[in-house]
Amino acid sequence: MHDEPLYPYSRSTDQDARNPVRHRIAIVGAGPVGLAAGIDLAMKNIPVVILDENDRVSHGSRAICFSKRTLEIADRLGLGQTLLDKGVQWNAGKVFFRDRKVYDFNLLPEAGHSRPAFINLQQYHLEHALVERIRSLQGDGLPIDLRGGGKVEAVRPGETETAIDISTPDGPYSIAADWIIACDGATSGLRDMLGLGFTGRVFEDNFLIADVTMEVEFPTERWFWFDPPFNPGQSALLHKQPDGVWRIDLQLGWNIDRKAEVEPERVRARVSQMLGADVRFELEWVSIYTFQCRRMDRFRHGRIVFAGDSAHQVSPFGARGANSGIQDVDNLCWKLAAIINGEAPESLLDSYDRERIQAADENILNSTRSTDFITPKSDMSRIFRNAVLDLSERHSFARPFVNSGRLSLPSTYDGSTLNSADLLEGGPYSSRPGAPCPDAPFNDGHLLDHLGGRFSLLAIGREAPTAANLPIIASKSDISPEMRERYLGKARSAVYLIRPDQHVAARWSFATAEDVRSALERATGKTP
Amino acid sequence: MTDLTLAPNLDNPDDIYEDLLNAHDGLSPEESASLNARLILVLANHIGDREILRQAIRAARPPDP
Ligand SMILES: Cc1cc2nc3c(=O)[nH]c(=O)nc-3n(C[C@H](O)[C@H](O)[C@H](O)COP(=O)(O)OP(=O)(O)OC[C@H]3O[C@@H](n4cnc5c(N)ncnc54)[C@H](O)[C@@H]3O)c2cc1C
Repeated sequence: MHDEPLYPYSRSTDQDARNPVRHRIAIVGAGPVGLAAGIDLAMKNIPVVILDENDRVSHGSRAICFSKRTLEIADRLGLGQTLLDKGVQWNAGKVFFRDRKVYDFNLLPEAGHSRPAFINLQQYHLEHALVERIRSLQGDGLPIDLRGGGKVEAVRPGETETAIDISTPDGPYSIAADWIIACDGATSGLRDMLGLGFTGRVFEDNFLIADVTMEVEFPTERWFWFDPPFNPGQSALLHKQPDGVWRIDLQLGWNIDRKAEVEPERVRARVSQMLGADVRFELEWVSIYTFQCRRMDRFRHGRIVFAGDSAHQVSPFGARGANSGIQDVDNLCWKLAAIINGEAPESLLDSYDRERIQAADENILNSTRSTDFITPKSDMSRIFRNAVLDLSERHSFARPFVNSGRLSLPSTYDGSTLNSADLLEGGPYSSRPGAPCPDAPFNDGHLLDHLGGRFSLLAIGREAPTAANLPIIASKSDISPEMRERYLGKARSAVYLIRPDQHVAARWSFATAEDVRSALERATGKTP
Repeated sequence: MTDLTLAPNLDNPDDIYEDLLNAHDGLSPEESASLNARLILVLANHIGDREILRQAIRAARPPDP
């Protein structure tokens, strides 16, 4: 799959134009984040062109764990089911310490959600599904252009548009764009071209990742080892992906010979030690990575906006890289579309900056904590870490301390300028203004299938006012217990204003048309 | 909000002090450090209140110069 060009270079008419052709939005980078942004905008009928120097899906599995929120966003983008059908679902796992298993766990997902807490799926499958989705949108005549084989060499921001210089096998050409979304990954060239920094913490560690196929049947579980005999003083992870592929992660430490470590013989020996000498396997892909936790000071720079790894980078523990990048897209695209359609001022984008920086900081905090647990940085932190693991074998209280990666959850935008005051007395904390809407059984299906893509009013157990042409999603007479628990709490009825990214903008026990109008103004950045 | 108790609160301080020391009998310094860590975790869970624990940490840390 990795060798197949999915969007090979082909000459665009822009290359023959006398003057640089002007585009509404250029997206630089066709990784998961750039592709998703293109789909989101095209589905809102905003023309986009996506530029990538490459022409195929990413090499090796890279991200393998996609969270419920990513699946919900993918549903909105029209490819949730495709991902779910392909992905592996799991809930169980084991934790090992030294030579013994210390405990088993089962994540027992909360009931009443249409999507599981997460699935395992190779990043290239996600990217492939995104490209297929683009093809089908193109088939429907939506304005999305995906150009492979063109590298962005320079950007020259002007007053109202930015010039972009692109090199191709046919030589260079330039285009202009009103807006640029920089999704060019952790080593972002655009960041450098604009002289912008990327600061944070480098972890002095190396991890060997190997994708292997095996003939034996291991259970579909996540196994994590701390200080195992086959990798003393380090950690190891075994996790299942689709197509009989297993992800192996071996921590190697800092002072290693990176070239020697990726020699197939060396890797085979290590994997054999881990799986047992009698287990036969094939190596699919091997790589060594080190990681950083860092972010840009600001994600928005005028009409150039950074999203995904270009804006923030986290350690892989907790699967927050691609998942948070997809949430950047979810946050950014409706705002950009509203600005372009003249429905919101440009300053609305400052809320992208604030909300997603808040999310990035949360992700960096979580992934830093996991990393510090997995790789204790001092004698005392090792003593505490080992104490937790020792205790976890006999006492369940210690298990929540064990941190080999905390599941990626969407951030609540507490304090966002787009939120209105919480006016639902007795309403649940988990659906307060700023929160992503929790899913729940609703009418004949699930709530999230009714929301999203546009502002809407959710009316539970009462009527909502007609205001600003907002669609009203009203509960039928019998309200599910999950709906009550997640949206009413102690209240008997409620009205919610939901943003296009399915976050709560405002909620009331009772709302007038004027309440709704003023909350909508706030949520679109029209009132400070 | 409850506060950390820093006034005397034990009927039998000598016995409890002895229990704490006895627990370390025959342990190397490293094993003792591990025992202390486990003990702190057990107690922290029992207390079950982050604010009280933070007050306890402040009380236990050497005073700022
Ligand atoms: C080992 C490993 C495990 C991981 N596991 C997980 C996980 O389980 N879950 C998770 O959510 N995340 C995980 N991640 C992180 C995840 O892979 C990244 O967060 C994700 O790929 C970021 O997507 P992106 O679209 O921002 O950037 P990228 O995927 O890096 O895409 C950037 C794109 O930009 C293109 N590009 C760059 N410069 C230019 C230019 N000048 N001109 C044209 N095109 C350009 C590149 O060709 C590339 O296609 C993992 C990462 C690694 C390395």
